[in-house]
Amino acid sequence: MTQPAPSHVILDPRFAPPFPQGALNVLRNPQLRKNVAHAIDVIQSKRGKLVAEKTDWQELRTAASALRAHVLENLDTYLEEFEARCTAAGGQVHWAADAAQARQIILGLLRQEGAREVIKIKTMTSAEIQLNPFLEAHGIKTYETDLAEIILQLGDEEPSHIVVPALHVNRAQVREIFARRMGLEHLSDDPQALTAAARTYLRQKFLTIPTAISGANFLVAETGAVAVVESEGNGRMCLTLPRAMITLAGIEKVLPRFDDLEVMLQLLARSATGERMNPYTSLWTGITPGDGPQRFHVVLLDNGRSAMLRRPVERQTLKCIRCAACMNACPVYRQTGGHAYGSVYPGPIGAILTPQLMHLHHAQTLPYASSLCGACYEVCPVKINIPQVLLELRAQVTNQERHQVARFLDPMYLGLCVANLLFARAWRFHLAQRLGRIGIRLFTRKDGWIHSLPGIGGKWTQTRDLRGFPGQTFHEWWAARDKEAK
Amino acid sequence: MIFAMRASLFITCYNDTLYPETGRAVVALLERLGVQLDFHPKQTCCGQMHANTGFRGEAYSQAKRFVQLYRDTETVVVPSSSCVAMIRDQYPGLFEELGNEKLRNDFAALVPRVFELSEFLIDQLGVDDVGAYFPHRVVYHASCHGVRALHLGERPYRLLAKVRGLSLATLPNVERCCGFGGTFSVKNAEVSSAMMAAKLQDVVSTGAEYCTALDNSCLMHLGGAMHRQYAAMKTIHLAQILAATESCPVEALA
Repeated sequence: MTQPAPSHVILDPRFAPPFPQGALNVLRNPQLRKNVAHAIDVIQSKRGKLVAEKTDWQELRTAASALRAHVLENLDTYLEEFEARCTAAGGQVHWAADAAQARQIILGLLRQEGAREVIKIKTMTSAEIQLNPFLEAHGIKTYETDLAEIILQLGDEEPSHIVVPALHVNRAQVREIFARRMGLEHLSDDPQALTAAARTYLRQKFLTIPTAISGANFLVAETGAVAVVESEGNGRMCLTLPRAMITLAGIEKVLPRFDDLEVMLQLLARSATGERMNPYTSLWTGITPGDGPQRFHVVLLDNGRSAMLRRPVERQTLKCIRCAACMNACPVYRQTGGHAYGSVYPGPIGAILTPQLMHLHHAQTLPYASSLCGACYEVCPVKINIPQVLLELRAQVTNQERHQVARFLDPMYLGLCVANLLFARAWRFHLAQRLGRIGIRLFTRKDGWIHSLPGIGGKWTQTRDLRGFPGQTFHEWWAARDKEAK
Repeated sequence: MIFAMRASLFITCYNDTLYPETGRAVVALLERLGVQLDFHPKQTCCGQMHANTGFRGEAYSQAKRFVQLYRDTETVVVPSSSCVAMIRDQYPGLFEELGNEKLRNDFAALVPRVFELSEFLIDQLGVDDVGAYFPHRVVYHASCHGVRALHLGERPYRLLAKVRGLSLATLPNVERCCGFGGTFSVKNAEVSSAMMAAKLQDVVSTGAEYCTALDNSCLMHLGGAMHRQYAAMKTIHLAQILAATESCPVEALA
């Protein structure tokens, strides 16, 4: 099914270029790469120090991993429990099977409120369902209140990270965006001046817009509470001033008990921003007369999650608590930033989550956007074995290829099929080695090195030489030595 | 320092073809230590390239072949940490999905006897001083599979520390991937090269003469770039450093 690309700038896996091409666009942007690497290195070193001071870090990871796995095993029970508690506390729970349904539910609720404008707490799930362009198209203006999200919204930029979405933008660029969009010609790039400008902009929104949308870091089944953690307090403003609140949450966000937050919150802040605790942790349960929003809705989003739940290896993707430690640790992300992934979820978690959300109809190059170095698995606070899921998805992508005619034009595909035949019998492998040794001489220079290869080999030699093949393989040497000994 | 032990060398497909000097060094080193070495002439590949590219059925046939070739072998030594990681971490899943009971049992019995070279030296032979002499400044690239899959930890450093004449440089960001990643180096050549550039910067900053590792795959990637950039540094597998002695320097083994 082909659809025209949306005019609004958004990371949409259906229209994004394949990862290698997306990455190339970024690799050609030295300023962006510098901004990303600098930001990542700062977060990584903060995280490293705070994880090192926690002597029970591995025990915490084990506990969190077991807890999240348990939730996924019993997701139906905990979601129903959450719905019952939330409803009892005055909230209203809605179930959305996919992105389109979630957008319609939210639009309906906003119309019920008579809302023309809405303020938003930072939520990745709303970016996943592309809520903002949808609402704008239906005449409802959206205002992000997270500082980084404001920068992106005003600058018409795309998020490149799930926790610090504007990490690819530096201070001078922020100044330029604010000056242009807020009409502040003489704004300086001093952090205090930039913060003051954002505060003035935000206060006016907080005081005039009575409807808000949030995401959720956690849902607590036992109490029906919703939890949001943040650094700036702007989310707290959205939770306090508006009359109506709509929370959009993926179905996997639920935790069984209130006490489970103890484990999760210790891991989340350290993993995400390298802080012992995030500055603001807000928890709310239904409505409280005379205090905060008086109408409260929770939209529970499936959007491909139940399909993931059914598959034993991929299921662990849903353990994710969106801390972004994997992308901060990822040497690929460090080079490319988030935009190359063509999805609101970049980095290693995006490389496994996005193709699954797309039911593998799009984003098939993402499972290959990894050197399988394992750094993501090592830092994941809930122990998602990302390399294992990447390999599982690669196998599925290869199985798709097996039915496509185009596979006969893919040198990598053909090469691997031939290699498989060669490796099946030692004599075939040895014959291929001998033929290869002769053939490669054509490309080997006098210095004994190969500087340029045709076809797919050119991908190697564009930045690397290859030493010419030695005149004798190891097994030939061994056989000759054996003979001599006898 | 004489050990009565038999071991079979699984050289791996790319070492056999491209780096036979590494294999010869393993032979020289282990025989010097008194190990009786065998070489199974029918060996080919562990299946890692296929498994990591999504060719699971093909990877399975190679994995099955490996187990059938080596199931009666006392000990298997492999001078490549990523191939050992393939055997330990990926074979179980492949056999679970595609294999039968017999294959799973054979594998379970074999896998505790498969060792990466530094594991074999330190854990099986119990030796860290192998009598090597290598009078050069060296930097060690701890490959991802060595660090995060096999958890080699201090083993390679203990071996290097006992090499006479060797001065070991400290590599900044030692646990960061060099960007090789098997078919990743070609499928995502530009990103792989960007990662390589970052790694090379760290490696070259040490001022070492040689960059060593337990994986010739990473070294092929880094060494290829060093050659392209006329860097004043060479790559060398750790086995070749350990095999070198005063009477038989590394050049004699090459």
